[in-house]
Amino acid sequence: MSSTTTSPTRAAAVEVRGAHKWYGANRVLDGVDLTVQPGQVAVILGPSGSGKSTLLRAINHLEQLDVGHVSVNGELIGVRRHGERLKELGERAILAQRAGIGFVFQGFNLFPHLTALENIAAAPVATGRATREEARATALDLLARVGLADKADAYPRQLSGGQQQRVAIARALAQRPGLILFDEPTSALDPELVGEVLAVIRDLAGSGTTLIVVTHEIGFAREVADLVVFLDGGHIVEQGTPAEVLDNPQHPRTREFLSKVL
Amino acid sequence: MSSPVAAGHPPAAPSSPSAPPFPPALHERPEDEQLLAAKLVPLRRPGQWASALVLVVLLAMLVHTLLTNRRFQWDVVGSYFLNGSIVDGLKLTLWLTAAVMASGYLLAVGVAAMRLSGNPVLRSLSFGFVWLVRSVPPLVQLLFWYELASLYPQLSLGIPFGHEFVTVRTAHLFSGILAAFVGLTLDVAAFASEIVRGGILSVEHGQTEAAEALGLGKVRIFRRIVLPQAMPAIVPASGNLLIGMLKATSIVSVIAVQDLLYSSQLIYNQNYLIIPLLLVATLWYIILTTLLSIGQFFVERHYARGSNRGGGSARTGFWQLFRGNVPLGLS
Repeated sequence: MSSTTTSPTRAAAVEVRGAHKWYGANRVLDGVDLTVQPGQVAVILGPSGSGKSTLLRAINHLEQLDVGHVSVNGELIGVRRHGERLKELGERAILAQRAGIGFVFQGFNLFPHLTALENIAAAPVATGRATREEARATALDLLARVGLADKADAYPRQLSGGQQQRVAIARALAQRPGLILFDEPTSALDPELVGEVLAVIRDLAGSGTTLIVVTHEIGFAREVADLVVFLDGGHIVEQGTPAEVLDNPQHPRTREFLSKVL
Repeated sequence: MSSPVAAGHPPAAPSSPSAPPFPPALHERPEDEQLLAAKLVPLRRPGQWASALVLVVLLAMLVHTLLTNRRFQWDVVGSYFLNGSIVDGLKLTLWLTAAVMASGYLLAVGVAAMRLSGNPVLRSLSFGFVWLVRSVPPLVQLLFWYELASLYPQLSLGIPFGHEFVTVRTAHLFSGILAAFVGLTLDVAAFASEIVRGGILSVEHGQTEAAEALGLGKVRIFRRIVLPQAMPAIVPASGNLLIGMLKATSIVSVIAVQDLLYSSQLIYNQNYLIIPLLLVATLWYIILTTLLSIGQFFVERHYARGSNRGGGSARTGFWQLFRGNVPLGLS
């Protein structure tokens, strides 16, 4: 296992080193190294099955890496260093780490038995990070921020896909995360609803929050991303600024992919 | 529906010299106009009428015999309905059902959690428990617990295979009522664990993941996220089980526990008024079951929050059922 390489000056927002993951005989991640600086917007592109989602899920420990490690703000995720070994953390410590990382799912995964407001306020109250009143006030602010102030009492079923995803983003923001992970946030949406969700994410860019977005929206990547990463076959084929990767791709595999997506 | 304007045009209208517009105007196609004006005659279903008639006649015969057959002895039924020992038996039936369901469900959640856990030993034990309890008829189980003393004359608390601290004579410990409680609790636990497990499995895994990503712990996720969503699947089957158990407690009469049925039996063993006293017990079971069914309706409505089947629409369920089957004023 490689030694922990936290940067000497300031810890990277996200650092992935030597990430390997197998599902049985199927190799999903094959040695991924990725560094995202604080406040950056990183967009991960790649064909389906390239390991994008697995990489994203490993960052907040929804998936455990078989080899390699992830650190967020210089803190190892899911494990702690013990001499030569990495020891798996207990549930409580992992929960504390996750609480600082927002995650937005492709399928929204709102809680259907709670209203939009309750969806946002439930976790801060349950984990004791806010009183019921504080959480409620924060939730109303966040709903207003994603343009859904009037939908506080609506149940997820009564909202459109785009509105549900905006509530899900507000729910992630309620954690006051320094890092938000988006797993194909617009892939489950009708085309005319994609824009409203991307607009919300665009507003978050430049707010100081680090964003890592797995998406197929090349236009969004070009406009918002600081870093574009192209993943294929479980490893990073190419990464750089949008100008480098999207407009002047060096690797034939990137060119092939972009020609199909654009 | 048929507009007077269209009706005013004679069928000769289509013979206009200019090219006919496409599609042709309504008044140029009189056969369409007639179709629109025609009244729909619903399909006659004589079979439905005939079957309904037969059943209504049979029902009338049943009611008639219930009222006219003197051997039902309704006056005796009435005089024993609130008899002291009947009411005591009724109370025992009620609290035995409540106690058995409560402890059975507590156990069931544990058994279901074991079955869904990642630990293969716990999984197998859970499976084995459900297999064993479901394989043995509750009556046989009850008899086993009642006769436990002949299998284990005394029970001890101590270190496995080692020193014993406390020893109890089993015959003193296992009265009929305790045997009934333990046997029926295990029965409820086995069946309810499958109901609970089914309910939990009906909740999408994404819900758990989303809650995990929010930093919620396992216990909180189960209580706040998974269980409330599993309830709509759990409640109807549990209502069924509860009603079944209310009636199944009557098997405790074989081990001389004085429940509703056994209390009736004790009376008719003395006065031979068998049918009226069985009717007393039956009427009480019907009343209790009816009350439980009504309760189930309200519990289901509560857990239907956020689903398209529940909330406001459930309130009008009876009315919709009625409207759906009786074509009143639907012109």
